Amino acid sequence: MKFLSEYRDADLVHQYVQEIQRTVTRPWTIMEVCGGQTHSLVKNGLLQLLPPEVRMVHGPGCPVCVTPLHLIDKAVYLALEKGVILCSYGDMLRVPGSQKSLLEAKAAGADVRILYSPLEAVKIAQDNPNKEVVFFAVGFETTAPANALSVLHAQRAGVNNYSILTSHVLVPPAIEAVMTDEDSHIQGFLAAGHVCTIMGLDEYYPLVEQYKIPIVVSGFEPVDLMQGILMVIRQLEKGEHQLENQYSRVVRPEGNPEARKVLERIFEIHDREWRGIGTIPHSGYELREEFAAFDANRKFEVAIEKVPESAECIAGLVLKGIKKPQECPQFGKKCTPQNPLGAPMVSSEGACAAYYHFANLLESVETM
Amino acid sequence: MDKMTMQLQCPMPQLDFDIITLGHGSGGLLTNRLLDSGVFDVLKNDLLDERHDGAQFVVEKGTMAFSTDSYVISPIFFPGGNIGELAVNGTVNDLAMCGAQAQYLSLAFIIEEGLPMTEFWEVLLGIKYAADQAGVKIVTGDTKVVERGKGDKIFINTSGIGQVHPRAKISKSRVQPGDKIIVSNPIATHGVAILSVRQGLEFETSIASDTTNLNELVTSLLDIFGEDIHLLHDPTRGGLSTVLNELARDTRLGIDLEEKAIPVLDEVAGACELLGLDPLYVANEGVFIAVVAAEAADSVLEKMREHTKGQGAAIIGSLCAEHPKQVVLKSKMGGRRVVNMPIGEQLPRIC
Repeated sequence: MKFLSEYRDADLVHQYVQEIQRTVTRPWTIMEVCGGQTHSLVKNGLLQLLPPEVRMVHGPGCPVCVTPLHLIDKAVYLALEKGVILCSYGDMLRVPGSQKSLLEAKAAGADVRILYSPLEAVKIAQDNPNKEVVFFAVGFETTAPANALSVLHAQRAGVNNYSILTSHVLVPPAIEAVMTDEDSHIQGFLAAGHVCTIMGLDEYYPLVEQYKIPIVVSGFEPVDLMQGILMVIRQLEKGEHQLENQYSRVVRPEGNPEARKVLERIFEIHDREWRGIGTIPHSGYELREEFAAFDANRKFEVAIEKVPESAECIAGLVLKGIKKPQECPQFGKKCTPQNPLGAPMVSSEGACAAYYHFANLLESVETM
Repeated sequence: MDKMTMQLQCPMPQLDFDIITLGHGSGGLLTNRLLDSGVFDVLKNDLLDERHDGAQFVVEKGTMAFSTDSYVISPIFFPGGNIGELAVNGTVNDLAMCGAQAQYLSLAFIIEEGLPMTEFWEVLLGIKYAADQAGVKIVTGDTKVVERGKGDKIFINTSGIGQVHPRAKISKSRVQPGDKIIVSNPIATHGVAILSVRQGLEFETSIASDTTNLNELVTSLLDIFGEDIHLLHDPTRGGLSTVLNELARDTRLGIDLEEKAIPVLDEVAGACELLGLDPLYVANEGVFIAVVAAEAADSVLEKMREHTKGQGAAIIGSLCAEHPKQVVLKSKMGGRRVVNMPIGEQLPRIC
């Protein structure tokens, strides 16, 4: 595949590994922010190729994992009790709510549909004028523009039976939350390339300055990740802290101005609750008052009781990189993808699931 | 006869009904009118023409294989085939995986009322085409119609019976460390073709399902390699990873896979990339794995590649005594990871 296979070149990966080995002189702890990066590191077996000095910890950038329990409960409620057509990206479906997942709601008769594009949901709303259609708008800055566009689209087309249930979260406040956590020991970051494709680089300079940490905006393919790691390590070894862009073939410094305009138009920044982590100030998007009619939260008044998370799940510590998935006593035992205690075991972007599925964990399979 | 010629030669008869209704499954006059409309003519053979509840036939000496499967695919028409072809090929191939040549099939329809007769006819021609291609006779059948909303257009069950090749000795118990795993053609093609037309996920592609019978290829391999073929399996639902995990679990052996050896068509790999799917977990048709004695592996591979249905064959891995019950894949990057059994249907990722 042109433009992909070049970044999956095993020889090039090995050259980067050798260069990392030559460069590193002491242990470093680096966080890859995005779940897609975690997935790629584990799926391609890249972690084993790194020298022991380089410790990668996996960040909070899994949108499915950080979507609060009560929002999933709300989506399930809307689908089951309010008879809405609930549309969602695929990997949200298996995430357990306090009672049910959306997949279980579907089995119980709810109309739950997997889509790749929120614009498809607007079309479903047009095709079903007598039904309410709700799109579960989950994700980071990457998916937010398309979800925002669906609202604009619905407004223009006069579709009034369409709304979105937003759980949009933002990367820079999450990096801040990781850095201010006293248990955190992160020394450098791989920032999420696709988020920066939209947002550009500007919001990362203050983080580099304030926390004196190297941040390298990286892609997701093996060569991207290895190059990104090398760039972080070179800075760390020299005692530098800068913002660098490894993913310059995709990320422009200014991001995507058109997409940002749409975001600005539709959303405003609010405090937001992150599952497993808690509320992070100014860390999420909500629809502006002007678009309240398209906000499922305001359209459907549903009192969903907040249910505490499983006490046995250490998702918050995993998402902040304080613990590795296999350091959880329940990993692969009480908590498996078939029977997850928390969201990181469900989504393929979740660190726990990535480790469970792809890492070389001989005992975990024994228990199956 | 190719599919197009068959459609031209078997036009749908003039009927005084254009949709199938509950009455067509009642067993009475309407059922007879449906069957007489051409169903019997299309599938015609000496045993079916008896029009009895069951078929009687003489069996040769030896071992017989017997298999059944139900087909509930949505949508029922997809690039490269339809549910009818799938229902014949699937059972023919299940028998082939026992080392048997399918001889007789049963065919049972569960139809949702309202199915247009034109669609039923097209499915029927798919059945005839696949049966002719595989050299198998449909000798008994059943038709039921359920109320609208209680089915999904049409469900089909087929069972099949066939003579096992005299040289075949296919059993999981014969699989041993060192055996090589050969896949007969690129994987994941069928699953991606289906996804490309599934509602809500439609995308434009030239990928067509590779559904086909595998009995002739299997027979030609057994003729030459006989006992060296330890196991055959078609990785349909759940994909290659499921079949290999079951094999590792049941034999209590480990499996080593080479990612770069696993054949996947470029278009299929590209679609999986876009859709966030792993080809190892995508359903297959028209593809099987053969577990063969190490010393015979290269010759089996060569023979397979000579056949039109095995041109894309490759040795993708081997059985080992280490890491029992685990499938371990060496990635293209040189790292190793465990390939687990999928939990349920693969769900596409957000980004």
